[in-house]
Amino acid sequence: MNWVAWKMLNGDIAKYLGTVFGVAFGVLLITQQASIFVGLMSRTANPLRDVREASVWVTDRHQQNADEIEPISDGAVHRIRGVEGMDWAVRLYKGVARARRPDGIFRQVILLGVDDHSFVGAPRTILLGDLADLRRPSAVFIDKAGHESLWPGEPLQLGREIEMNERRAVIVGICETSAPFQSFPVVVATYSQATQFIARERKQLSFVVGAPVAGVTPTEACRRIKAATGFEALTYDQFVWQTINYYMANTGIPVNFGITIVLGFIVGAAIAGQTFYLFTLENLRHFGALKAMGVNNRRLIGMVLLQAAIIGAVGYSLGVGMAVAFFEISGRALPDLRGISIPWQVALGTAGVVVAIITFASLMSLRRVLLLEPAVVFRG
Amino acid sequence: MPAAVHTPVPDPPAPRPAVGVACRAIVKEFGSGETRTRVLHGIDVDIGCGALTLLIGPSGCGKTTLISIIAGLLDPTAGDVTLFGTPQSQLRGNRRVDFRARNVGFVFQQYNLLPSLTAAENVAVPLLVARRPRKRAIEQAAGVLDAVGLGSRLKAFPNQLSGGQQQRVAIARALVHEPRLLVCDEPTAALDSQSGQTVMELLKSVAVHPDRTVIVVTHDSRVLQFGDRLLEMADGRIVLDTVPSSHL
Repeated sequence: MNWVAWKMLNGDIAKYLGTVFGVAFGVLLITQQASIFVGLMSRTANPLRDVREASVWVTDRHQQNADEIEPISDGAVHRIRGVEGMDWAVRLYKGVARARRPDGIFRQVILLGVDDHSFVGAPRTILLGDLADLRRPSAVFIDKAGHESLWPGEPLQLGREIEMNERRAVIVGICETSAPFQSFPVVVATYSQATQFIARERKQLSFVVGAPVAGVTPTEACRRIKAATGFEALTYDQFVWQTINYYMANTGIPVNFGITIVLGFIVGAAIAGQTFYLFTLENLRHFGALKAMGVNNRRLIGMVLLQAAIIGAVGYSLGVGMAVAFFEISGRALPDLRGISIPWQVALGTAGVVVAIITFASLMSLRRVLLLEPAVVFRG
Repeated sequence: MPAAVHTPVPDPPAPRPAVGVACRAIVKEFGSGETRTRVLHGIDVDIGCGALTLLIGPSGCGKTTLISIIAGLLDPTAGDVTLFGTPQSQLRGNRRVDFRARNVGFVFQQYNLLPSLTAAENVAVPLLVARRPRKRAIEQAAGVLDAVGLGSRLKAFPNQLSGGQQQRVAIARALVHEPRLLVCDEPTAALDSQSGQTVMELLKSVAVHPDRTVIVVTHDSRVLQFGDRLLEMADGRIVLDTVPSSHL
């Protein structure tokens, strides 16, 4: 009877597609919004992700996230290096500067200062130029999206000049970085150079990053650093989640996206549920005939569940496919959405939502089918 | 609690009774309390095999309720129906459904063909219900369709067939699993006279089978000539039991 159920389902192709696309658009809405939400939240920790070689991050005791920074003294790096169990530790600057083109056009930029010698924290994907050129006077790298933002429509080009804090900077390289939360261009310089591009403060060091020797866990190293220096020391994972949680708790982003995701669920459930329910209602006469012909309730349940499962599976696949296409196309066309993709957790969660929608629709339909008296077939 | 054991109902024992359907004191009431309505008032009737029995009467007299009870689609409030020696009150749940699947065929006024299945596929449905392999079921269905004169329309969908052809497909579907009771509800109501005559001739030809009982509910006086027996109902009772020729 499964075959009959399948034929009943796709017999009217318009209704079949209507039901399937009801699920698909619900899935698209949920997947897309949830993925953008996860992507945005994830971006808050992207400055940390680009420094993957560091498993230990040392900051001021009151630091709450990776963006709002209370500088610590430059000498801190030596104290951290002196903590037993640390293999290495270097300075890392992260701040905001104003980059001005010679013609006066400017943009706020994220300025990264990486260790002068080891280049820990330097970009890994170099599109133009050589990382070693960062050691040249006034040299900076800029990320591709930043270059396109400062010089829109113009080809990537080395040798361009910008001015930060009334100091000349020469672009010697163009790189890819993980998209930052604020959508600002990312400018990378050596630490000593970067501190020249900002207004002078008594303390300028944003982070000390490092890693413990083999046999000492990052957690243990952090514990020792805290005990020995009084600084806040976090493992990479701890700092990532501290930053994400800060944005979750202190911005309206979760609420706004949450509302859209719930709306997606309601729309998906309403469209798919109602269409599938109507499909069952329209076929009630046929279900009644099948019941009269000797199809028992268990087999009828199997038929309705099979129909629901097909609609759910096809609708889910189409919806996720549309979401993938959206991110593929928009990631290329809209720099602000670059790097946002569908995490497997979102895909899995959406599958769970589809199961819930289809179960709801099936239960509504099954109720009518099971309560149907087969004698209804004689009543026209 | 032990799982319910589902044992198939054995076929009625041989020699088979000449009476296919025996109704005893059938009462049917709908509703409850003040809205309770008695639709059938103690129907007693035997319907034999090898004949076409017509059931007539005005709307609301209880014809549909009676055939629903005879076919096992409704439970009587009181009384019992015995089909080919098997009292229906002894069958419950899936056993009754299985019995119905094997022994009863239905022809509906509105045909009730599945629009997304071809004629052959529609006819094969009762065989699929009986878990026959699909290919063999459709082959067997094609043979029955050929027998009702639709061998050339096996792959036609219902909306590509005339009303008369659709009703013949419905009859083929009702016969494909060789049921012993064929229940037809207004089979000619939606047909022109020529198509109606063709359909009734077909039903008459299957009714001559000595092991089969055919009951036709009708309002259509044009079909009375095809009946071997005529039962007329009024107000939930059988008020006339005669041969159609005397009624014409």
